[in-house]
Amino acid sequence: MPSRERGLRLLRQMILIRRFEEKAAELYTVGKIHGFLHLYIGEEAVAVGAMQALRPEDNVVATYREHGQALARGIPPGAVMAEMYGKASGCSRGRGGSMHLFDVSRRFHGGHAIVGGGLPIAVGLALADAMQQRAALTACFFGDGAVAEGAFAESLNLAALWRLPVLFVCENNLYAMGTALARHQAQTDIVRKAEAAGVPGEAVDGMDVLAVQAAVGRAAAAVRDGQGPRLVEARTYRFRAHSMYDPDLYRTGDEIERWKANDPIARFGAALCAQALLEDADVAAVEAAVAAEVEVAVAEAEAGPWEPVEDLLKDVHTHPVPR
Amino acid sequence: MTKMTYREAARSALRDALRSDARVFLMGEDVGRYGGAFAVSRGLLAEFGPERVRDTPLSENTFVGAGIGAALGGMRPIVEVMTVNFSLLCLDQVVNNAATLRHMSGGQLSVPLVVRMATGAGRQLAAQHSHSLEGWYAHIPGIKVVAPGTVDDARGLLLAALREPDPVFVFEHAALYAMEGEVDETAGAGEIGRALVRREGADLSVITYGGSLPKALAAADLLAADGIAAEVVDLRSLRPLDTPTILGSVAKTHRALVVDEGWRTGSLAAEVSARIMEGGFYDLDGPVQRLCSAEVPIPYARHMEDAALPQPATIAAAARAMLRRDG
Repeated sequence: MPSRERGLRLLRQMILIRRFEEKAAELYTVGKIHGFLHLYIGEEAVAVGAMQALRPEDNVVATYREHGQALARGIPPGAVMAEMYGKASGCSRGRGGSMHLFDVSRRFHGGHAIVGGGLPIAVGLALADAMQQRAALTACFFGDGAVAEGAFAESLNLAALWRLPVLFVCENNLYAMGTALARHQAQTDIVRKAEAAGVPGEAVDGMDVLAVQAAVGRAAAAVRDGQGPRLVEARTYRFRAHSMYDPDLYRTGDEIERWKANDPIARFGAALCAQALLEDADVAAVEAAVAAEVEVAVAEAEAGPWEPVEDLLKDVHTHPVPR
Repeated sequence: MTKMTYREAARSALRDALRSDARVFLMGEDVGRYGGAFAVSRGLLAEFGPERVRDTPLSENTFVGAGIGAALGGMRPIVEVMTVNFSLLCLDQVVNNAATLRHMSGGQLSVPLVVRMATGAGRQLAAQHSHSLEGWYAHIPGIKVVAPGTVDDARGLLLAALREPDPVFVFEHAALYAMEGEVDETAGAGEIGRALVRREGADLSVITYGGSLPKALAAADLLAADGIAAEVVDLRSLRPLDTPTILGSVAKTHRALVVDEGWRTGSLAAEVSARIMEGGFYDLDGPVQRLCSAEVPIPYARHMEDAALPQPATIAAAARAMLRRDG
């Protein structure tokens, strides 16, 4: 088990993601947030556990279900919430919304909403680090749906061929939108797929933040040691539907309840309490602090300015081009 | 001035870039040991080594995406996609990432990437190896598109592309690689976004680019023999288009023929034509005409392929028809 302080920090990050997203879902229903909103609820242990292995100089590439990674990487909740509102104070100036969070100061390179589209970018970021002799790695998050894309096979191959410092983190939540892994892949063992591409991999219980931290830590150490790319398959589950539009017809209530019984936050909190590292009052204090933080984030988003329409074409190119 | 081929001119630009900027590297299919499918990069592996001249797997989507990522990471990649035909496999990375990342990140990200590829028909390679899809790329905001039609531009526009802070796509016409011309190797980068009048004339403007430019110039020779003075405008940059130069020529000649090896429907020629209607309508003595490739998968047999593409004789015939007063 971690120290009390470390345990509290992990728990707090997971609870922040959970409560932040619950608030986002609520704000979506009242029309404050629009477009697609893909909730990470249930998967918090993956982003929080994995992010512990990263350093400030490392790159992160994520998917359209990236609120967890963004918050765990340290993007201020107010900037993420403002982005979902579409405000100019958002972390992408309101141009991206929920699916396209960016923060170059934290080397957070999106927020990619074409499945598999982030993998080649991650390979390139790692290539740039390698060619400039920078001791950094690139963590690339993607889902089980992405393993069906050519970009998965191509990117693992290229990273392995050139021994690039890429840490592939597959968040296997069992469903590519509504299609179960076994319904779209003949080989459902993602680690075996990675190994076929020359990338050693390890599967881990994605509902256990400490197990994720340990597995990603091992993989990151190998990558930093110059051994080439590694893959971690985190077996996890989203408790909510794919997006706010999804009626969730493709899985049973029983299945969802079984996974909810393995809630990564409740499980970790209980483990810390069982080890007498925390008491119920500590968890309550975390909840209160997070609730306040989420309220501040919402207030910041509400107060944020809209981008002036005159700026519509700004940053299409660095310098304006004639029409 | 040095006499060289279009191929050598492109290589000269690559060599200059690799020599002058440590961030520049070249990657693509067969750019290293093979020397480039069109021999553009021949000798560069020996000169610059495998770190900077990288053979890639046949994974167009991933090596173009890796170029984008490397550009984000501070490098200055030049990615060669062997031909535009294969670039269909990397369109996701081009359209969804290269073109969007600066704007979608609120201006935080830069993608200083150059992608080169061969385009065009005319070599009896049949339907899957004869596409001219640069007009598709020119549809996309967030990237720039150039198409050198002269030996000098094969060097100058590539150097210009490397000075841009944003993605630039360079379409080299496959039928031009052996063309010879004079190049000033001490000259710097050209200018992206500027069209040039390659031949002056008063009777009509033939507006074209890339592989159709030499054909248009040959057509102008044929027309001159008939006493018709055709002005030939080389677009050079397909995005952005140099509308003032196009309109300036039309204001002088009052007639415009747009020649484009792409298919006519939804073509770059349609865009040029529309801009003339919008900005030069009252200068026109007759309707703008287009000469494009026949709307057919490009066939293999020589006589059929020739018939599918704009040719000097068909360009000249179209021009004569526009000037015929009895028609």
